[in-house]
Amino acid sequence: MLTLNNVEVIYNDVILVLKGMSMEVPEGKIVGLLGSNGAGKSTTLKAISGLLKPEDGEVTDGSIEFMGQEIHHMDAADIVRLGIFQVMEGRRVFEHLTTEENLIAGGYTRREMNLKPDLEMVYHYFPRLKERRHQIAGYLSGGEQQMLAIGRALMAKPKLMMLDEPSLGLAPLLVMEIFEIIQRINKEQGTTILLVEQNANLTLAVADYAYIMENGRIVLEGKPEDLRENADVREFYLGLTEVGQRKSYRDVKHYKRRKRWLS
Amino acid sequence: MDLFIQLTLTGLTNGAILALAALGFVLIYKSSDVINFAQGEFLLVGAYVIFAMIAQVGLHWTIGMVLTLLIAVLLGVLVERLVLRPLIGEPIISVIMVTIGLSSLLRAIVSTIWGNQPKSFPPFIPSQPINILGATVGADRLWALVIAAVMLVLFNFFFTRSREGIAMRAVADDQQAALSMGISVKKIFAWAWSIAAATAAIGGALVANIVGVGPELAGFGLRVFPVVILGGLDSIPGAIVGGIIIGLLEAYTGGYIGQGLNQVLPFIVLIIILMIRPYGLFGQEIIERV
Repeated sequence: MLTLNNVEVIYNDVILVLKGMSMEVPEGKIVGLLGSNGAGKSTTLKAISGLLKPEDGEVTDGSIEFMGQEIHHMDAADIVRLGIFQVMEGRRVFEHLTTEENLIAGGYTRREMNLKPDLEMVYHYFPRLKERRHQIAGYLSGGEQQMLAIGRALMAKPKLMMLDEPSLGLAPLLVMEIFEIIQRINKEQGTTILLVEQNANLTLAVADYAYIMENGRIVLEGKPEDLRENADVREFYLGLTEVGQRKSYRDVKHYKRRKRWLS
Repeated sequence: MDLFIQLTLTGLTNGAILALAALGFVLIYKSSDVINFAQGEFLLVGAYVIFAMIAQVGLHWTIGMVLTLLIAVLLGVLVERLVLRPLIGEPIISVIMVTIGLSSLLRAIVSTIWGNQPKSFPPFIPSQPINILGATVGADRLWALVIAAVMLVLFNFFFTRSREGIAMRAVADDQQAALSMGISVKKIFAWAWSIAAATAAIGGALVANIVGVGPELAGFGLRVFPVVILGGLDSIPGAIVGGIIIGLLEAYTGGYIGQGLNQVLPFIVLIIILMIRPYGLFGQEIIERV
C-alpha cells in the first residue's frame, strides 16, 4: 500500500536526516516503526504526509508511493484527500475549540455534508469524548486529548493512519487502553496503521511487522516474534538482559555492538 | 431625557458601524494572528467604490452594493496573494509592518483616483427622520444597526456551525495541525481577508451614506483599536460589544461634556483596559494545563 524507496530528506538545505530510508506498509496491517530520539521517525512520517515544507525540509532523493501513486511532491492537503492521515506527536488538539469542533475539523476533507454518523462512530470508540463533547479541548486531560487526536483522524476516514508516539506522556493504563482501541480500529474499520513509537514492548505486542530505525535508516526489520528474540533488540529496546548472569566488563561495553548499527 | 435618548441612538449606530469594521479586524487576527493596520483603508476603499457606483456611474444602490462587495472580496484575495503569501513563514511582525505599508498604498490609490476633497453623497438608504421615544434619528442610522446585528448572527453561525468557519479557528489555533488534516492554510487566509474587506466595505458604505466620503474616513481604522482591545482581539461578540460601548461613550461625552474629549476618551478606555484586563472583555485567555 505504502512504499518508501531510498528516501533522503534534507532540512534547511544542509542537514541530512533521512539517509536512504526504505520500508513498506501492507494494506490492513499494523506496522511499527521503532527508534530512539532523533532517529528520524517523525521526519519519516512528515515526509509521507507532506508536512516537511513548513519546516523547510525536502525529499531530495528516492520515492514515496501510495497505492501506486507517487506522493512525495504533493501538497499536504491532497495527500490527506488520498487517504493518509498523520496524528502528530504531542496530540496537538485545537485548544480553544470544543471536542466536537475538533472532530469536525478532522473531517474537513470529507465530501459528505452530514458528519453525524461519523461523530457517533468516534464516540462509539471513545465514549469519554462524548461526555466531553462541548468542553473546550484545551482543558481535557492528556489521555482524553490523545483520544481526541485519534478521533480527529477517524473523522477523515483514512485508508492509512499514521500515529506519532501516541503513548507520549500518558499513564501506562491509559496507554494500554489506547493501544487496544488502535487495534480495534484496525480490525473493525480496516484502517492500515503505521505506528511510530519509542515503547518497543507495546509496539511489538500489537504490530504485525516492525522496523527499527537508527540515524536516518532502517537497521533491522522483521516479525515481532523474531525481533523479540534478537539480542540487540532485547538489550537496547526492551531493556532485557540475561537475568542472574554475571556480567563482564566486556558485555557492558555494548557501544561496540551499537556502533556496528550506526555505521 | 430627550438628549439622552438621542445620544444613545447616535452612539448605538456609530458603535454598530465601528463594530462592522472591527469584525473584519478580529477575523484576520483570529485566523492568522496578524494585526491589520489597513482595516480603516478597506473601509475607505469600500466607501469610495460605492460612491463611484452610485453617484458617478448612477447604478441602483442594490446593484452598487453587490458590486462593491465583489470588489472588496477581490481586493481581499489580491492582498492575500500578492502581499501575504510571499510572507508565509516570516515573523508575524514583518507581516504587520507590511499592513502599515498597505494602508498608505490604499490611501494613495484612493486619493489619486478621487482626489482629496470630501464629497457629499446622495443618500441611498432611506434616511427620513424617525421618532423614537421623543428623539429623532435618521432611518439610515437604524439600518446600520440592523445590518450590524444581522452580520453578528451570521458570523457567529459561520464560526460555530460551518466546517469552513471551524477550520478557520483551527488554523488560528495550530497551523501545522490544521495542515495535517487537509485544511489549506492559504485558502483560509484568502477567506479571512476577503470577508474582512467585505465587512469593512459594508461599514464604509454605511458611513458614506451618513456623512459623505472623504479621506478622513480612514481615521475610522484608528478607532477600531480601542474597540477590539476592549472586546478582546480574537472575539466576535467582543467586537460588537466593544463597538457599541465605544460608540455610546463617544456620544455621551460629546453630548454631556463637550466635543473634543469624545475623540480622546476611547483611547483612555483602551489604556485602562490594558491595565486591568489585557486580553479584553471576551478575549481568549491562554490555556495552561497544569
